[in-house]
Amino acid sequence: MIWSRHSISSPSRADATLARITGGIALAVVILLGLVLMLLVRESWPVLVDGGWTRFFVGDGWFPSSGQFNLLAMLWATLAASLGALFVAVPLGVLSAVFSRFYSPSWLIMPLRRVMVLLAGIPSVVYGLWGLTVLVPLIANWEPPGASLLSAILILALMILPTVALTSEAALAAVATSHLQGAAALGLSRTGIVLGVALPAARVGILTGALLAAMRALGETMAVLMVAGNVVQTPSSLFDPVRVLTANIALEMPYAAGDHRAALFASGLLLMLIVTVLAWLAGRIGTHSNA
Amino acid sequence: MLKNSFRLNDLLMTIIVWLSAALVVGAFLWLLSDLTLHGIAKLNWSFLVSAPENAGRDGGIGPILVSTLLILGVALLATIPLGLGTAVYLSEFTSGASARSIRMSLNVLAGVPSIVFGLFGNALFCIWLGLGFSILSGGLTLACMMLPIFIRSTEAGLSAVATEWRHGAAALGLTQAAALWHVLLPAAAPAIIAGLMLSIGRALAETAALIFTSGYVDRMPDSLSDSGRALSVHIYDLSMNVTGGDQSAYGSALVLIILLVVINNVAASLANRFLSQRITSS
Repeated sequence: MIWSRHSISSPSRADATLARITGGIALAVVILLGLVLMLLVRESWPVLVDGGWTRFFVGDGWFPSSGQFNLLAMLWATLAASLGALFVAVPLGVLSAVFSRFYSPSWLIMPLRRVMVLLAGIPSVVYGLWGLTVLVPLIANWEPPGASLLSAILILALMILPTVALTSEAALAAVATSHLQGAAALGLSRTGIVLGVALPAARVGILTGALLAAMRALGETMAVLMVAGNVVQTPSSLFDPVRVLTANIALEMPYAAGDHRAALFASGLLLMLIVTVLAWLAGRIGTHSNA
Repeated sequence: MLKNSFRLNDLLMTIIVWLSAALVVGAFLWLLSDLTLHGIAKLNWSFLVSAPENAGRDGGIGPILVSTLLILGVALLATIPLGLGTAVYLSEFTSGASARSIRMSLNVLAGVPSIVFGLFGNALFCIWLGLGFSILSGGLTLACMMLPIFIRSTEAGLSAVATEWRHGAAALGLTQAAALWHVLLPAAAPAIIAGLMLSIGRALAETAALIFTSGYVDRMPDSLSDSGRALSVHIYDLSMNVTGGDQSAYGSALVLIILLVVINNVAASLANRFLSQRITSS
């Protein structure tokens, strides 16, 4: 920090060497990370130049063996599963954050947070296992086949709930105490304080958390792959089995070759694009709130 | 009248908040109790050390644990030096445009879906560098995923060290390298360890990036260029591709979760001890 502008003219040779070594490492990391994008483009190049990017959005459907690479059905499935999961997880997550900030008896706050932190770290494949063995049979009893858009939504919602709850709680904790005290002094009820002061003041943090959760839901592979049924179709009801983009890559990559493999890399590129836009959006919201 | 409607609103809100919290906690207790109840039956010493038999339905997870730890070891060996170097450079030696662009590329990378890292690892390590399906490929792919997390928290830890300490070190005639080694890095140790912990958690939990990089083979690996099946891949394979593998899958899942919890706790206590020793004794 303090040396940042003088490091080159620092009298110590060791320091100049250290600056050069760490700079080299940082450069290597950036190059490595640039390679990710480069390789994705390079590997999907055969399909991108041959027929252009429109072939991913027009055509009969996803029939890789006959050169039909329409990703739309899987893109809709991805968006439906992620939006559905957000629709379930955001209200529940925000309300449970409100609970631990304003309603919970004090002995309950720490255990609740520990459980949330533990759950945020549970591997997605474990959520998938539980969904496959418990949730899918339950839904199948009600409306076969069970492995469906609904089970994907519920498992994804469960997975992103801790993220939403923890970020919302942090955002609520950052609301100035004087605001809350002022609201209470004006005679607002607890409901009034929560709905009229705390939640509006914390909305930027909550929104950023929801965007993070959306990124996680869009990029999730294993949990969705295990519970969604994996039929390539545009979902028309909650009980339709669907296949999302990430699951498609995981399922077909082991045997894909040639254009098929290139098309899978292109769908990876598409996913990266969506997630990057969301990350950019989250960054913009964050900086706007500071200004 | 007015007062009554106030009370009604309050009551309604209280009920809604309590109900949602109860729903969330209930769902998670359901999940955790299922995992424990199904998994505990499998959990014993021989399950941990013996080899899987009958496609994993019987036997244990010995070779899979070894592969998992080897993959993690490779990933850590690559992540720690690269991550520390980048974080030190970002927080001590640079500012302005180059720092911004490094941070931006790290932010983008932190959000890339793991399956995309799987594609990348497959193309770069397995095919381009000719490592094939191997523990080395898997570990290096994981390292790419861990780097953004580790660098971010290490840099945050270094930046949080008070500027006065840097002034003090400089006034005592310490070189920047010495100040880093004796003052800044020890002071940032809790953040560094916490970042490491997060990265290890992400690595152990990872499945999608490993399927096409470290592979499926469930034998005991002979070397780092052998294919090795990670614990998470084992759980996936047992539940999706092996009928009647659910019991073993739950056993493996419980082992994985216990491993994650233990690593978290050990790392937290290490961070505390390391910090108190370095700062108070010197």
